[in-house]
Amino acid sequence: MSLAVQHLWLIPALPLVAAAIGAVVPRRARAVAAGAAIAAIASSFVLSCLALSGALANPAAHLAFNFDWFCVGEGALRLGWLLDPLTAFMCVMVSFVSTLIFIFSLGYMREDENFKQFFCFLSLFAAAMLGIIVSNSLLLLFISWELVGLASYLLIGFWFTKPSAAAAAKKAFITTRIGDLGFFLGILWLNNAAGSLLFYDGGHGVLEAATLGTLSAQVTLGGLAVSTAIGLLVFCGAIGKSGQFPLHVWLPDAMEGPTPVSALIHAATMVAAGVFLIARVYPLMAADQALAHAPFHALTAVAFIGAITALLGALIAVAQNDIKRVLAFSTVSQLGYMMIALGVGSWVAAIFHLLTHAFFKALLFLGAGSVIHASHHEQDMRRLGGLSGPMRITFATFAIGMMALSGVPFVFSGYWSKEAILHAAYEWNVSALPLIMALAAVVLTAFYMTRLVAEVFLGKPRSAAAQHAHESPGVMTVPLILLAACSILIGFLGTPAWPWLESALTGTPVEAHSLLEGASLIVLSVLLVCTGIGAGWALYARRPRETAEAIDPVEAAFPRAFAFAAARMKFDELYAATVGRLNTAFASLAAWMDRRVWGGVIDLVARFGEMAGRFNKETDDEGLNTGFNAASEELRTVGKFYSRAQTGEAHGYLRILALGFVVLAILAIMGGGR
Amino acid sequence: MISSPLQLCLVFSSLLFCIGLAGALSRSNSILVLLGIELMLNAANLNFIAFWRFGPAPSPATGVIFVTFSVAVAAAEAAVGLALVIAVYRRQRNIRLQEAVRLKG
Repeated sequence: MSLAVQHLWLIPALPLVAAAIGAVVPRRARAVAAGAAIAAIASSFVLSCLALSGALANPAAHLAFNFDWFCVGEGALRLGWLLDPLTAFMCVMVSFVSTLIFIFSLGYMREDENFKQFFCFLSLFAAAMLGIIVSNSLLLLFISWELVGLASYLLIGFWFTKPSAAAAAKKAFITTRIGDLGFFLGILWLNNAAGSLLFYDGGHGVLEAATLGTLSAQVTLGGLAVSTAIGLLVFCGAIGKSGQFPLHVWLPDAMEGPTPVSALIHAATMVAAGVFLIARVYPLMAADQALAHAPFHALTAVAFIGAITALLGALIAVAQNDIKRVLAFSTVSQLGYMMIALGVGSWVAAIFHLLTHAFFKALLFLGAGSVIHASHHEQDMRRLGGLSGPMRITFATFAIGMMALSGVPFVFSGYWSKEAILHAAYEWNVSALPLIMALAAVVLTAFYMTRLVAEVFLGKPRSAAAQHAHESPGVMTVPLILLAACSILIGFLGTPAWPWLESALTGTPVEAHSLLEGASLIVLSVLLVCTGIGAGWALYARRPRETAEAIDPVEAAFPRAFAFAAARMKFDELYAATVGRLNTAFASLAAWMDRRVWGGVIDLVARFGEMAGRFNKETDDEGLNTGFNAASEELRTVGKFYSRAQTGEAHGYLRILALGFVVLAILAIMGGGR
Repeated sequence: MISSPLQLCLVFSSLLFCIGLAGALSRSNSILVLLGIELMLNAANLNFIAFWRFGPAPSPATGVIFVTFSVAVAAAEAAVGLALVIAVYRRQRNIRLQEAVRLKG
């Protein structure tokens, strides 16, 4: 049994219905809202599995179901759903991880008074993300994309009474909007150039050979092919949503939201959307690869942006002290890896890493949530410590997540997906720089994750909150265990010896390689991982921190570099000093124009009127006045009488308007509609 | 009783209009009054579309274009309305419409 493509809309529709239910039930109906949300997302998961079985039966085909949304004049705006292995895998992953996060939230948010809204927003978020995945039209994708932005705004600012949370929500919204502007321009251009926004449409879609051929044949500004320019604009959207350099600044601040939200944003939904988008429009991005003398390939930009992001995120993560911020910057860095994979031509490796990362990053965030929940919202790892004793399950699962993220070889999923990316980067013949930066980030990743685990779980408790920590309830630990199991097992879908995922995604059988192919690279990356973990172990685990105030060993060695990274390389300050100041300057210029120039013109006119009035008055006083005085007195009485109707109350006016409307309606009805 | 899609649309838009009117008249929060007014506006838009779509001679695009303009104007109006609400809030520290009576004659 499998889900037919025309019913694919059910997958995002179910959580949307749950969100609507959550929005209308009263605040005390907590069980209804949470139950509807979890039931809906779990049903979406079942449907996604059915869709996956359908997609795998015929993996090479892009099954599309298109329909007219509305017609204007001769043309019609068409939307549609698309079912292919990429869609199906993403649906299964998103709905599965979301289900676990929803269940975890039952425990985490139990004491929050806005529990009901929380589940409403979560459902909306999941629905929007699933909408991005199933759409077969760039327009429908963009609509869902903006809905994800809205839902993230609501969730990051969920504790909006905290000024920092409100500011973080605004920052996330505005920063991603900057990227979305480019994305939207790309959509408009694409619609103009290709006449359609459907991905697959029986030979006429924008991702099919005929359209791609015309798009890459046209040349625009600076000798770029049109497809390159559109691809770069679309990539702007991915930069914003997926937290790539230089728009990564919103992602760490998004930690102000409740921890399940961080897990949802950083693992399964929002940031994955950008990578998914590029993988979805991959034929468009890669259309210029065949051009012999293109000055610039869109994918080259993707690879370099990804490499910069991967290294930058890892460097900053080393110097952070907040558990969630370390994880946030590791997300930035891992997204960089996915972009490298896309840029060097292996979208399969990117999606593989996206899937494995979704599982282990959700695991790490929920593990961090469990720690934070147990230690009364203490997030500073200098003030934690020694939690491996009281929180055994959290510790064990978190350690699995950490090893998956660090890429500990052969057992953990992160190793296989990272290895696939490194291989792809190794075989890229444009530049070796992305590979080198990715390898540097491998060491740093292993290092900062070891530091995180050692600081939080080893040593002895360094605050009262850590001392009294206790294991979280089952509703929180069971999702952790499930995610930990997945973090290990999912890796075996894509090992070189059994490249099932690759053949399923591309629809062509892929030959199995020996596990040891490219052995030098494997040895190198394993060595780098060992170096990172070893260094972290030597610095943080062998001599654990004694007090919360003790100075960090890395900080002791490189105080200035550490402070620079701890201040997140001053990107916020840089933007405040450049973009922010520019904006303020424009605003004050506009205010000045308003006050002086336009206001001055009006003042001038007013002066002139005043002068004329004065002249008038003089003449009036002399001659005309006496006769008019009596008449004006009469007018004033009448005016006073009528001005009583002018109460200043908007409601009164509205009522009179409504009354007039009713009278008109009655007249119209009595007159037989004439 | 309801025999055609046109009538269904008109009934729906009348409902929308009445809900909007009731909201605009009964709420003291000026944002909710604005919401009510927007609802009424959308009822009118719906009528435009309905008469265009089910009318006797559907010309190519008049209904859609009319409504597109109307929606754009409504968006501008919402921006101005919300700016007014903020200005009122700065003045009287709340947005109760009954208290905003400085234009009294």
